[in-house]
Amino acid sequence: MWDGEAALAALPTVLEGFGVTLVATVLAFALAAVLGLALALAQRAGPAWLALPVRGAAGFVRSTPLLVQLFAAWVLVPGLDAPVLGVLVLGVHYATYLSEVYRTGIDAVPKGQWEACTALSLPRRRVWRAVVLPQAVRNVLPPLGNYAVSMFKETPLLSVITVHEMVHEANTYGSTHFAYLESFTLAAAVFLLASWPTSALLRRLEARLAH
Amino acid sequence: MPTEDPAVRFDRVTKRYGDHTVLDGLDLEVARGERVTLIGPSGSGKTTILRLLMTLERVTDGVIHVAGQPFSHMPGRTPGKLVPASERHLAGRRRRIGMVFQQFNLFPHMSVLDNVVEAPVHVLGESRDEAAQHARDLLDLVGLADKVDARPTRLSGGQQQRVAIARALAMRPEILLLDEVTSALDPELVAEVLDVLRDVARRTDITLLCVTHEMGFARDVSDRILMFDRGRIVESGPADALLDAPAEERTRAFLGSVR
Amino acid sequence: MADFLPELSRAVPRLADGLLVTVEATVLGAALALVLAYALGLLSRSARPPVRGAARLVVEFFRGTSLYVQLFWLFFALPMLGFRLEPLACGVLALGLNFGAYGSEVVRGAVAAVPRAQTEAAIALGMGPALRLRRVVLPQAHALMVAPFKNLLVQLLKATPLLSLVTVPDLTFQIDQLRSSTGATAASYLLLLGLYFGLAVVLSLGMNALERAAKARAGQEGGV
Repeated sequence: MWDGEAALAALPTVLEGFGVTLVATVLAFALAAVLGLALALAQRAGPAWLALPVRGAAGFVRSTPLLVQLFAAWVLVPGLDAPVLGVLVLGVHYATYLSEVYRTGIDAVPKGQWEACTALSLPRRRVWRAVVLPQAVRNVLPPLGNYAVSMFKETPLLSVITVHEMVHEANTYGSTHFAYLESFTLAAAVFLLASWPTSALLRRLEARLAH
Repeated sequence: MPTEDPAVRFDRVTKRYGDHTVLDGLDLEVARGERVTLIGPSGSGKTTILRLLMTLERVTDGVIHVAGQPFSHMPGRTPGKLVPASERHLAGRRRRIGMVFQQFNLFPHMSVLDNVVEAPVHVLGESRDEAAQHARDLLDLVGLADKVDARPTRLSGGQQQRVAIARALAMRPEILLLDEVTSALDPELVAEVLDVLRDVARRTDITLLCVTHEMGFARDVSDRILMFDRGRIVESGPADALLDAPAEERTRAFLGSVR
Repeated sequence: MADFLPELSRAVPRLADGLLVTVEATVLGAALALVLAYALGLLSRSARPPVRGAARLVVEFFRGTSLYVQLFWLFFALPMLGFRLEPLACGVLALGLNFGAYGSEVVRGAVAAVPRAQTEAAIALGMGPALRLRRVVLPQAHALMVAPFKNLLVQLLKATPLLSLVTVPDLTFQIDQLRSSTGATAASYLLLLGLYFGLAVVLSLGMNALERAAKARAGQEGGV
């Protein structure tokens, strides 16, 4: 049954793990946001010989399990620390989602905007930087935020390559102190407490951007 | 005697949305078999009257009676007291009323025939064969006998609206509500819909409540025309009299603007 | 590498078993998720505030706590309360609850996206709430649900390797065995990634066919 003292004792360990989870999510998401944009631009603004392979590779990464990618990277890419590798794999995996989000955002910029740029003889680079991307980024902010929350909830997977994030810590604590119920319930509660306000904030952002 | 009860009676009906009063203590009676057209500027409350009768909106105050029975309300626990009608009460009562919408609102996932057959089978419990036969007759009446198997989205606006008329008639309503049924149509398609409605008016003794900007049609079918402005009746009278010699300045101004 | 192919051919029956377990977990998890998605999605549109609130609470709970925590909680923590489930049952339950919560948002959104005028037309024909939902609203909402459901289904498939962490002998589990017995790490994991990719493609193609059929039935885009 539930043991309040055990839960209290497990709390520092779980919270320490939460710190690792948070840092890993922030770093991996920063990577995904930049790489995702690069992938989207390669497909929308790049030459055809680049667009097709990029699209194929992104599709492959997007359609295969993150867990297996982590295992594969762990044994195939030696010489990297587990946290660094974990952040890289997580970032690349989510970059393939975010590239789709960016693409949708770019495609949602009205055709008239492009035509107006042509009518003004704006150079291609300027069209992207000054006209299309600023509007596209506004379109994609809410979905980008939702993916950040999803990623946060998927970061526990890094535990399989021995990154000491929250679920890993909860598991270790649970097995050594025979307090699985307390440690995993705490981990669940921390996830709830962290993702609810974030989701609520995102919904408000979405509502504000909608008009 | 039930036959002497009016088909529809609005008893001091008020409808408000927040601070905005759409209908203000409206009294209105429509006799059985009478054809009444409501005219007036947009926002004057005409469509709200139809939507209240169809139970798509609830009254804020006052009571609507249909065929002498409380419609928007039902008897409460205290004898003689009326309380707002429950969904159950409304479900039983609204079957005597049919409605044709401005935007047709056909069911896009059903064929033309299934649109017409749906409610008789699932609401009235008619057999499918019986309902289909009736539906074919009605589609023939509106000139669409050859479109029974078509998808509504493949039809022109005028054809869709004629299907919607057949669909409403399939429920054998005693009262038919027509809510700006030609306003969404291209001009060249208006006549085919109005001709069908004239035909329906001639062949049946159905009670008609109609909101329209087609004054020629209003003159042809109406026994009485009501001029609305800001939730109140400004003027009412026989069609020819009101259209040819309006007594009120506001009616004159409105008629001048639609001609 | 020279030993890999003969080892692989010997391992085929075990890999087939693993594939079967993966498919089983996907199908059962998706079936449970679908039922929950409908139930929670429709309840969260209820006219009664307590019903709506309870449904929202359940959805937010299972969306807000990570799938991984849910799975580990069912496998490690639940037995401490005196309930022990089979590993596969833990997996199916976790997948069903988590994806059911996400799916309920799809159902809710699709039902809300059917124009209000369709409901009004059904009211004008005397149809009650249940009949309106069944005959008018849901058939049109289905067409909108298939594409997001396809994404969720592929996500669910991609989440099944997690079950190997709680000793379910799925495809990942079996290939990991093959890897440790042959030492052919690269070949094993590439094979595994390829197999999952193949499964995802098959699922997507199937769902695309479903989507075309649903749209045709709903009378959208190039219906028959």
